[in-house]
Amino acid sequence: MTSEFMAPAATTTDAPTVRRGRFAGIRRALAPVREARGLPKWVLYVGLAIVLLFVVFAIFAPWISPYRFDQYLDSHGNRFPKSVVGGHPSAKHWFGTNALSTDVFSHIVYGSRTALEVIAIAVVISMLIGVPLGLFSGYYGGPLDRTLVLVNDAMFAFPSLLLAILIAFLLRGKFSFLGDSFSGIMSAAISITVIYIPQYFRVIRNTVISVREEPYVEAARVLGAKPRTVIAKYVFGNVVQNVPVIATLNAADALLTLAGLGFLGYGVQPTEGAEWGYDLQRALGEASGGVWWTSVYPGLAIVLLVTGLTLVGESLNDLLNPVLRRRQLLPVKITGPELEMANADAVMEERS
Amino acid sequence: MARSSGSLSRYLVTRLLLVIPMVWILLTIVFVLMRVAPGDPVQAALGGRLPQSVIEQKRHELGFDKPLIVQYGHYLGGVLTGNFGHATSQNRSVMDIVTHEGAATLELSVAAMFFALILGLGIGVLIGRFRDSPLDVVGRLFGIITYAAPVFWVGILFQLLFVAKLGVLPSSGQADVLQNIDLQNHAHTHIYVLDAIINGNWDDLRNVLVHLILPGLTLGLLVCGVFIRLVRVNVIQTLKHDYIEAARARGIGETRVVLKHAFRNALVPVVTVVGLQAALLLSGAVLTETTFNWPGIGQALILYLNQRDYAAVQGIVTVFALIVVGVSLVIDIVTALIDPRVRYS
Amino acid sequence: MSSLPDAAPADAVLSVRDLRVWYGTARGAVRAVDGVSFDLKRGETLGLVGESGCGKSTLGRGVLGLLPDAAKRTGRVVFDGQDLITMPRRQLRALRGPKLGLIFQEPMTRLNPLMRISEHFYETLHAHQPDLTKQQMRRRAIDTLGEMGIPPTRFDNYPHEFSGGMRQRIMIALALVLNPAFVVADEPTTALDVLVEAQILRILADVKRSFDTAILLITHNLGIIAEACERVAVMYAGRIAEQGDARAVFARPAHPYTRELLASTISLSTTSLHYIPGAPPDLVEPPSGCRFHPRCPDAMQVCPTRQPPTVTTELNQRVDCWLHGPDDEIPDGGTQPLQREAIGVADEA
Repeated sequence: MTSEFMAPAATTTDAPTVRRGRFAGIRRALAPVREARGLPKWVLYVGLAIVLLFVVFAIFAPWISPYRFDQYLDSHGNRFPKSVVGGHPSAKHWFGTNALSTDVFSHIVYGSRTALEVIAIAVVISMLIGVPLGLFSGYYGGPLDRTLVLVNDAMFAFPSLLLAILIAFLLRGKFSFLGDSFSGIMSAAISITVIYIPQYFRVIRNTVISVREEPYVEAARVLGAKPRTVIAKYVFGNVVQNVPVIATLNAADALLTLAGLGFLGYGVQPTEGAEWGYDLQRALGEASGGVWWTSVYPGLAIVLLVTGLTLVGESLNDLLNPVLRRRQLLPVKITGPELEMANADAVMEERS
Repeated sequence: MARSSGSLSRYLVTRLLLVIPMVWILLTIVFVLMRVAPGDPVQAALGGRLPQSVIEQKRHELGFDKPLIVQYGHYLGGVLTGNFGHATSQNRSVMDIVTHEGAATLELSVAAMFFALILGLGIGVLIGRFRDSPLDVVGRLFGIITYAAPVFWVGILFQLLFVAKLGVLPSSGQADVLQNIDLQNHAHTHIYVLDAIINGNWDDLRNVLVHLILPGLTLGLLVCGVFIRLVRVNVIQTLKHDYIEAARARGIGETRVVLKHAFRNALVPVVTVVGLQAALLLSGAVLTETTFNWPGIGQALILYLNQRDYAAVQGIVTVFALIVVGVSLVIDIVTALIDPRVRYS
Repeated sequence: MSSLPDAAPADAVLSVRDLRVWYGTARGAVRAVDGVSFDLKRGETLGLVGESGCGKSTLGRGVLGLLPDAAKRTGRVVFDGQDLITMPRRQLRALRGPKLGLIFQEPMTRLNPLMRISEHFYETLHAHQPDLTKQQMRRRAIDTLGEMGIPPTRFDNYPHEFSGGMRQRIMIALALVLNPAFVVADEPTTALDVLVEAQILRILADVKRSFDTAILLITHNLGIIAEACERVAVMYAGRIAEQGDARAVFARPAHPYTRELLASTISLSTTSLHYIPGAPPDLVEPPSGCRFHPRCPDAMQVCPTRQPPTVTTELNQRVDCWLHGPDDEIPDGGTQPLQREAIGVADEA
């Protein structure tokens, strides 16, 4: 599913002043975040807190989770209860057990690990491919650019989940050389990567094109700056502002796509790791029977993490996108002219 | 007015011409993807029990033994004439699948769009007008959550509530068994709602509508989140325009300013986005149909995919691509009709 | 603080007393309009002139109540016997169109691109006179447009089919179709070329003659004032420095700022450029006392200490300047020239 956010307007800043420091460009770009007041800042923090929670789950899974995700025997060798038969939430199984007798809470925790692994790989790789492609295509233009745009638009037009399904399906089994615990993750990651490259390409390219026409860029070119310099110094700075927003919103979307793949059976396999979408597929059959814990909790995990990422992305967008930014007009009280007179008299007295 | 319609037809022609390279690229992508598939297409689809000779014959029949270029030409030619191929695992043409299962998906999509527009536009314009109020926060949160919640999870939740807990709605299928048989015997459009109306069979109609509620609402919620966010942003931006201030300066009431000026102008990009949602809707349909066992083309795709019936998959995916491009074209035309500025650009 | 009588003169359409419009920003309150008083009679055009950022537009909108929510107004704006500042919003809105009008600066963006001109008129007329039939509305609108020189055949066109000058004429027609008694024209010709400007000014003059409309004409162009206005008010840093009969003020300016402004205009006889040193003042922390004192060539010791009260000169001009007294309020030594450092080019007062 393509991310349906309102893509950040191709923002341009004034000609950058010369400023020393390695991260000057990024610091300048993120200045509006620090200056934010009120709601957007609060929203940003909530989003970050949520994401952080899942990151902690992912990293410290073995220590946080009471059982392994594929564990269905307890320490005495007895089988865990099955979901329908006594598998509801209890002291031993906070979130209950599912149809395979594995612990739902463990699936939530280990699922964080799976989710973040896949998303991290996908987002990073699609960024590494999409951004430079967009940069050069936008800057140089020409037939290559036109072809890329056409292909890009075609890919955009196509339902992304379906494309991901097809690719994941086709890649299945191709990564078995990586071992059992990785091939599903890799194919899922790659299929998600492929469908998000167009996102970066399009936004970066649009930004580059709008910046390219700015007078200060033209001035630089006239002065003989090499294209590489122009791109690196002027264009990239403007573009970098857009990337965090797209990346977070992409991550949110990627998670939904991964869950969708898992739900249909084309994602991460149960032997490789816990995956929330797959859990939901298992839970589907039981829902009409009233077994709610196998579906509610994994779904909540997805909702929370996606919401967290979206909140971060949206608030960054609100803060960094000048179109939506509103200069805060604060309430004011008008002081009476009497005060002014009194002050003026005091000053008069001082002088005389 | 003659001048206006001249530019309109010119725009239409240009727009139609642009469709061709887009479709061609999509079809090529589909073809390449399907040929990269692992395994032998015929063998995979028919199972491993058949003697080799039968498999060879089938392969020859379906043209899989010809060189790739020939197959490609065959494929493109087929599309141009409306022949999308034939399923390997069953004796059905893709056209047949599209007609029957496609109608079910169409029914579901229309219901979903209906819910999505009402909720999305209504909430979007409300919170766009009252930006930064508590209403805005709740509305935006709602928009985010409907997007963040996977459509199949929402479907399951609805099933938990309305089927397991309350028992008022069915959990699967397009209609109950009897009504199903009845509607299949008296099919006209294959869209159950329409057919029931055409037949004048109110019992059928009620049954079908009852089955349509949960899947339609589920899919609709997915799409409405997008509309809420889009309408909100567009209303906010439109309200900043100079003509809004000018209208207020003439004493036009705020309600009318928001509805007639801001909302209508904000709708223009929404119309485009409705078209873009075709892609989202198709993806969502696949998931929703699987959740509710809705006999639509999305579920069919998955079933054929699982059976390795590449011919059917190729045909269905081709149809999807064409639908998406077609809808986008229609939306552009509608936009040109609404917004006179578009025709001149 | 003003020497204007509190009660409005009998023939005044509009009477403004001590109007203040302040905005809150992160840096502090911006005093865009800080104590402005004037009267406006029927059929009179008052020109409001000043540099960019002196608060003219804010004043124009402040009088009509068309400010963003975060702006605060105090003072009295008496129109037709009622105070517009304390009036409930709904009542004020009902006045806009039939009684109060606003002509904007940029005509290009002031019309809804998706609506025909006819729809704009129907909307306005319907909002205030819902009893009119469509035929009657059409008649009214076409008549008004005709006076602006727009032919009836173009009545159903879309805005983008008109040029800038024509759009401004349409905007004026829209503002005037209900014959308001008071119109604020906020730099109506700034965005237009000179020939169109002449047309627009002529239209405004015709309107004034035919309907006795009182106009507050806001501009930074002294030539327009000279041509189109009976009276002029010169604004600086949120306050009116001087107001009076236009010809008189231009012939014998009472306030140094007016004098400097006039000296800065370019004509065919200009041989060297004259400019006022320094830059317009910060409206968050304006200069103490008379706000012009840092840039005033005639500044005296008393000027930074207190805001000068409004004084009426023998020539019947009202001016806020210690050069014109009142002498009894100036302390000893106050008339000595003010010692200051030279103003740098980038200095802000």
